[in-house]
Amino acid sequence: MTTVVPDLRWHDVCDLARLLPERGAAALVDGRQVAIFRTHDGGLHAVDNIDPISGAAVLSRGIVGDRGGVPTVASPVYKESFSLLDGRCLDADGVSVTVYAVRITDGRVQIGIP
Amino acid sequence: MNRQLVVIGNGMVGHRLVQALRERDTRREWHVTVLGEETRPAYDRVALSSYVDGTTADELTLPELGVQLHLGDPAVAIDRAARRVRTASGRTLSYDALVLATGSVPFVPPVPGRDLPGCFVYRTLDDLDAITAAAEAAVARPGPGRRSAVVVGGGLLGLEAARALRRLGLSPQVVEIAPRLMPVQVDEGGGALLRRLVESSDLAVRCGVSVTAVAPDRGRLTATLSDGVELDADLVVFSAGIRPADALARAAGLALGERGGVLVDNRCRTSDEDVWAIGEVAALEGRTYGLVAPGYAMAEVVADRLLGGQATMTPAELDMSTQLKMLGVDVASFGDAQAATPGALEVVVDDPVAGTYSKLVVSGPARSDSGELVDGARTLLGGVLVGDASRFASLRPLVGSPLPADPAAMIAPGGVELGADALPDSAQICSCNAVTKGAITSAIAGGAHDVPALKACTRAGTSCGSCVPLLKKVLATEGVEVSKALCEHFGQSRAELFEVVAGTGIRTFSELVDRFGRGRGCDICKPAIASILASLGTGHVHDGEQAALQDTNDHFLANLQRNGTYSVVPRLPGGEVSPAQLITIGEVARDFGLYTKITGGQRIDMFGARVEQLPAIWRRLVDAGFESGHAYGKALRTVKSCVGTTWCRYGVQDSVGLAVALELRYRGLRAPHKFKSGVSGCARECAEARSKDFGIIATEQGWNLYVGGNGGFTPRHAELLASDLDTEQLVTIIDRFLMFYIRTADRLQRTASWIESLEGGLEHLRAVVVEDSLGICADLEAAMEKHVGSYADEWRGVLEDEEKLARFVSFVNAPDTPDATIEVVRERGQPVPLPAPGVRQPTELRLRRPCAVIGAGAPITAHDPAGADR
Ligand SMILES: Cc1cc2nc3c(=O)[nH]c(=O)nc-3n(C[C@H](O)[C@H](O)[C@H](O)COP(=O)(O)OP(=O)(O)OC[C@H]3O[C@@H](n4cnc5c(N)ncnc54)[C@H](O)[C@@H]3O)c2cc1C
Ligand code: SF4
Repeated sequence: MTTVVPDLRWHDVCDLARLLPERGAAALVDGRQVAIFRTHDGGLHAVDNIDPISGAAVLSRGIVGDRGGVPTVASPVYKESFSLLDGRCLDADGVSVTVYAVRITDGRVQIGIP
Repeated sequence: MNRQLVVIGNGMVGHRLVQALRERDTRREWHVTVLGEETRPAYDRVALSSYVDGTTADELTLPELGVQLHLGDPAVAIDRAARRVRTASGRTLSYDALVLATGSVPFVPPVPGRDLPGCFVYRTLDDLDAITAAAEAAVARPGPGRRSAVVVGGGLLGLEAARALRRLGLSPQVVEIAPRLMPVQVDEGGGALLRRLVESSDLAVRCGVSVTAVAPDRGRLTATLSDGVELDADLVVFSAGIRPADALARAAGLALGERGGVLVDNRCRTSDEDVWAIGEVAALEGRTYGLVAPGYAMAEVVADRLLGGQATMTPAELDMSTQLKMLGVDVASFGDAQAATPGALEVVVDDPVAGTYSKLVVSGPARSDSGELVDGARTLLGGVLVGDASRFASLRPLVGSPLPADPAAMIAPGGVELGADALPDSAQICSCNAVTKGAITSAIAGGAHDVPALKACTRAGTSCGSCVPLLKKVLATEGVEVSKALCEHFGQSRAELFEVVAGTGIRTFSELVDRFGRGRGCDICKPAIASILASLGTGHVHDGEQAALQDTNDHFLANLQRNGTYSVVPRLPGGEVSPAQLITIGEVARDFGLYTKITGGQRIDMFGARVEQLPAIWRRLVDAGFESGHAYGKALRTVKSCVGTTWCRYGVQDSVGLAVALELRYRGLRAPHKFKSGVSGCARECAEARSKDFGIIATEQGWNLYVGGNGGFTPRHAELLASDLDTEQLVTIIDRFLMFYIRTADRLQRTASWIESLEGGLEHLRAVVVEDSLGICADLEAAMEKHVGSYADEWRGVLEDEEKLARFVSFVNAPDTPDATIEVVRERGQPVPLPAPGVRQPTELRLRRPCAVIGAGAPITAHDPAGADR
């Protein structure tokens, strides 16, 4: 199987210390709103900040947890959960959010945009 | 073609018939017209007595069924040949089928004076209104002396009536002609205990005598008894039995039973093929039934027959069990309580010290033709329980089945407790609605996995509710764990987790989930645990790990709205606000471009604040002396008040002062759900306190406390918990009530459904928080003192802490850039979010008639399109 990995442009966002464990933060990256999460085990995840169900830019303010071990964020508007791994909505078929690449360089959080 | 069904009588059974027919007659074969003599729509007569406790007529009303209903217009004649009914107002209705459901009329013994003013019967809401008015007049009458009432008849209804009279402030005397109370249901042994229990609840009882005359006596009444004793009374209530309301049928020439009632066969058909009779008016194979369950069974049979079914009645299986409601005295009787079956044996456990009497009636040993013992005194025939009727629900369904254990062991204190698996499938679990265990187990198999689901699909438990504990047991034996697990991360209920947190001293989510749960939590358990920690007073809700548990409202201390902005509500204790405060709020809203609206809880809500604006808004508010109103939290919202003695001509207590004090006492208290309160300065109830979780209404003597009220999805009036309290007593009981709720309720359970879910309901709650039956009141009070002593304003806490403030940014990398998705338009002069596509359009009134708009302001558009129906 071949996976096509597009070239990513990395955007510097903030110090890692600005991300509270199990809480999200919104960032403005290249004109898009991205929600960045730091899970309990130190993992970093980034998805679109706009909740596709309510249309409000609020996913970064949802509660972070897990469903059957899959890290999730629950939209604060109507409470659907989204997988932080692949962006799939776990409570509504056919709904998902974009997932972004995220990395730490020199203690700084960076988001990769294709 | 539509056939015409006319139902005479809009009582419980007539209503049930129409309901059953409406459900099953999907092709609308029948057009239904109902005639009611009473002016109110059908209501729950079984619960009639709760009317004096404050249950309203609306709450007692049975669901509307969408059929043609003529109230206050009784049928006066039936022309069977022409198949027509004539009503008092002169209406004539043709029928293809006619159902008589006229119920009963109270029997008033023919004693002289029985029609005097001050004499009443006890059957309808109108009767209760009249009795209440007379009792109030008696209580208000000047002059010394007891206000008293005589109740003629010591049966089930008489005792209910006596309790109602006591509740209305009178001293009732019950006169019963038989040698004991409730002679139909209770045997001699049980009767003696019953009398003691009744007398100890402040009702005087005279058995073995009758009332022979009633006479006026200086504005009051005197009732003379057969032993010559004279009782003076302000009121006399007759509840000496009932007679079937069969006059109409008699005049129409229908066959009647020997002792009255319209004679029907086992299909509920009268002597006329087109006429049916059901409920208390029907004499089923000659016998009438004065209870609702047999009536419901008849209604079901007739509904089935009208649609071509073959249902029949089996009189032997009719449930005749009864339970005395609401006297605080447990009495239940079921089956052959008097051991009338030949050869029946009685097993009695009589414990005068404990105040309990239990009797089971079982079949005698039966031998087969060859002399073998085939039934070793084991088939349950009936029973009587006095003083403690807790086993009623599990014993009643066993009538007609072999007992699973020795009869004595089943009623002995600490004896065998029956599980639901002991019941055969044919056992009736819900006798009001004739639902068998078999029907329930198949509903469970069909996916009804909790009590509400079972109620919805089988109707079990929807009438008197006494079978609900048994429904739970059946769910359990069917392997449906009524799961109390909070979510996939915790197998415990909220109440259990509260105990765990309180007992272990664990103060972080991580430790709790590591030791008592699994995974990393979710949007269900995290806020629930945040709330538990907050109720236990663990500092600011954003301290340490707690910050990550809060949902967005608690995280930003404001209410999230649909476009991602927040609304801001400063606390206005008791709804009191000064002009200077109003100006501050106005200036803040103006300067930040916020939309303002007055809330139902007497405060001012400012909408449209973006995350990054919240600290600046609150800095202005806090500087002006405001603090968080917790409109965002599962916490105390408001204590609404009327102006009471401060301004009102009618006020009897200082309702504003109390409301302010209560709001300040309980502000910031986190609970399983939001909770609200209200205080009214007199019985006129302008603060709508009874729609609140705890509501207080002033009386001449002090305060009445009501609990469990609710607006919202399922509106419910709060019920009286304690009356005429002084302010200190009041606050103590509220302290206990709230802490008990916080400790034991489920996640997101409002007080109303919490009280309903308590085994024993309001009575149990009263025992715990008023009488301290569990001995936990000191503990509850101490917990509340701790809350009161440690309260601090959450917004001030944020403003004083740089780290907490740092979270209030729109973007971590562009802290002051507003979220560009938030778009605002103006509506009626204020900023509002852009309408969501296809969801919300501004409402415009379109009136079909010309309308003059009086006065200035935004005009209401008046349309009068040509050809509009006028
Ligand atoms: C205080 C009280 C407590 C009770 N407690 C219990 C209990 O705990 N358990 C229990 O099983 N039962 C109890 N009952 C009895 C129960 O309420 C009745 O069995 C039940 O209401 C019978 O229903 P029904 O429709 O036959 O009669 P009803 O409910 O009396 O309805 C008959 C209706 O027909 C109307 N009517 C009469 N004549 C005409 C006419 N010519 N035209 C039009 N309308 C007419 C009447 O006004 C009445 O509204 C209690 C009754 C009372 C009063
Ligand atoms: S409830 Fe009574 S005291 Fe309060 S405003 Fe109304 S009438 Fe006045």
